Amino acid sequence: MDEKGIIRNFDMLQAVKERTLLRLDPELGKKARVVVGLATCGVAAGAQGVYDAIAAELEKQGLKDVLLVRTGCVGICQFEPVVEVHLPNQGKTTYVHMTPEKAVRMVDQHLLGGNAIAEYTIGTKQ
Amino acid sequence: MYRGYIMVCSGPNCGHTLGRLADEFEVQIKMAGLRKEIQVIRGGCLGLCGSGPNVIIFPEGTIYSHVQNEDAARIVSEHLLKGGRVEDLLYDENQATGAVRCLEETDFFQKQTRIALRNCGVIDPQSIEEYIARDGYAALYKALSEMTPDGVIETVLNSGLRGRGSAGFPTGLKWKYASGNRGKVQKYVCCNADEGDPGAFMDRSVLEGDPHSVVEAMAIAAYAIGADKGYVYVRAEYPVAVKHLGIAIQQAKERGLLGKHIFSTDFSFDLEIKLGAGAFVCGEETALMTSIEGKRGEPHPRPPFPAVKGLFASPTILNNVETYANICPIILNGAEWFSAIGSEKSKGTKVFALGGKIKNTGLVEVPMGTTLREIIEDIGGGIPKGKAFKAAQTGGPSGGCIPASLIDTPIDYDNLTSIGTMMGSGGLIVMDEDTCMVDIAKFFLEFTVDESCGKCTPCRVGTKRLLELLNKITEGRGTMEDLERIEELAAFIKENSLCGLGQTAPNPVLSTLRYFQDEYVEHIVNKRCPAGVCRALLTYQIDPVKCRGCTACARACPAGAIMGSVKNPHKIDNEKCIKCGSCIEKCRFDAVSRT
Repeated sequence: MDEKGIIRNFDMLQAVKERTLLRLDPELGKKARVVVGLATCGVAAGAQGVYDAIAAELEKQGLKDVLLVRTGCVGICQFEPVVEVHLPNQGKTTYVHMTPEKAVRMVDQHLLGGNAIAEYTIGTKQ
Repeated sequence: MYRGYIMVCSGPNCGHTLGRLADEFEVQIKMAGLRKEIQVIRGGCLGLCGSGPNVIIFPEGTIYSHVQNEDAARIVSEHLLKGGRVEDLLYDENQATGAVRCLEETDFFQKQTRIALRNCGVIDPQSIEEYIARDGYAALYKALSEMTPDGVIETVLNSGLRGRGSAGFPTGLKWKYASGNRGKVQKYVCCNADEGDPGAFMDRSVLEGDPHSVVEAMAIAAYAIGADKGYVYVRAEYPVAVKHLGIAIQQAKERGLLGKHIFSTDFSFDLEIKLGAGAFVCGEETALMTSIEGKRGEPHPRPPFPAVKGLFASPTILNNVETYANICPIILNGAEWFSAIGSEKSKGTKVFALGGKIKNTGLVEVPMGTTLREIIEDIGGGIPKGKAFKAAQTGGPSGGCIPASLIDTPIDYDNLTSIGTMMGSGGLIVMDEDTCMVDIAKFFLEFTVDESCGKCTPCRVGTKRLLELLNKITEGRGTMEDLERIEELAAFIKENSLCGLGQTAPNPVLSTLRYFQDEYVEHIVNKRCPAGVCRALLTYQIDPVKCRGCTACARACPAGAIMGSVKNPHKIDNEKCIKCGSCIEKCRFDAVSRT
């Protein structure tokens, strides 16, 4: 099966789906997924800086297995920049009002250390 | 070398830590004869302060919470000696933190039903693979391989889906009208992404967050009516949306999901982006198609309707972004699934862009029939600063307002129409007690005056005259007769304008007049703006008792309208006063008031 080729039938579509689910669902793929909202509302709130800071810190810490992904608007525009961290077996954490500094701390404590930073999460902010 | 470690949290942060807990463990370990096997480590704060004191046993990594001194003996004997676990002390993440950690657990999210926004904020919009992983292009495959074009139309018709752009015309019916002579004539499928209502950004979010859902749905629509060419008309002010859509179309072409012989069938479909230059009238279907043709974006009379004679004089269907975003789930899950959601005559969900005086601004998707109260109070978090809810505006410059007395109205197409407003594209602007309803009507009318294309007189001149009447009222020169003239002129504009822009332009005025006539009257008769917004009607006074004569206000006044000497009460000359409010901001003694 070619990686990028033309999808001609249902089996080929299904193959792409199953392969990509490993990326999309950390419970299946066993890899951490970090999602940064980079729609217009996120960008306006400074999400690009947050994304860059996470990318740089992942590189610095050598966390090559963490998938860093851009996504659209999840609807909570007043909480942007929003970063969602999904670790296998640990569920999802939604960080809100992120800054590049907070993002670096998140990488170190949550991704590297395994402890979510409760004070930055959506529940604490509400 | 130790067999294991016990880390006892000894951080000072949470106030739960017991100074002697680690000592107690050392004693118990010694008594159990494990001193050479297990080491006690006094750790720092673990960040699990809500459940402290915590103890972690390594190498297993078992976490015990709320551990008291007397529990140490139990943990040592049960866990370290016998190799079991002390179940009642195990750390329970959900219970221990008590705090909501992720979006899905919040009220804001749980009260929603996400169909059109199913992928927004979940997938990488620049990755067709992630879209496919969420069942993307499976609906197109199903339509092409298992359904006839008429079967697709039938499904959309039975689902009860109505246009999400403005008027709520049944989508399946629109497709049916354009379905004749398949394969014999050139046809087009268009997408209206010229989102122009002030405060509305649903379509932008879908295009930015899930562009493939629109691409796939347009291909399905093309299959249904027998078209092979499509256009997405998107405003150039949405650069991220344009970029993501462009990437999506490119990826779909590379994967053979757009172009010739899709899924090895005879069906071919090509899609192109057309950029709008920001004219509001180009959101009107006939003007939009004229603009795609490269001509000046002006509407023309219907009939003929686009389903008969649309783009390049060919049968054309035009649907809004959110409408398309609903198509794939309908094809995959069936018409019954969709029609089970929503109210009797309005099926499915609606996305609203919450804005204005509300705590949680943002995008929400709720089933049709949800009440305004649920949207504003439960999902939106209510009005900030403890202010009272006054009204909500829906439908943008074409819609009207819903007063506080109708906050329990279930929101669907027909209910909104019956109370004098409309669903519109889904902008929902919340207003509190500090909003002047005459001023709001003026704001929307100023917008339509600016955006009227000028082709027909009722809209071009009529809206301008209507605005002048409102200006008269907000400046204190209005008469009661003006209210009658407003109603008469508004009715004339509605009946005689060429397109939807003019036909709906008076709605904000009529609806505020219907529910807040007393505010209009207050402006006219008592020359007073109850909300304290209309500048010409405000007067500023200084309370001579409270005023200490500090001169702060006089120095701040840009018009030199405040007189008085040091340590004596000051006075405002209302002839000179320009009502800027600088004096109120500067006064430290609360002596200046505005009425």
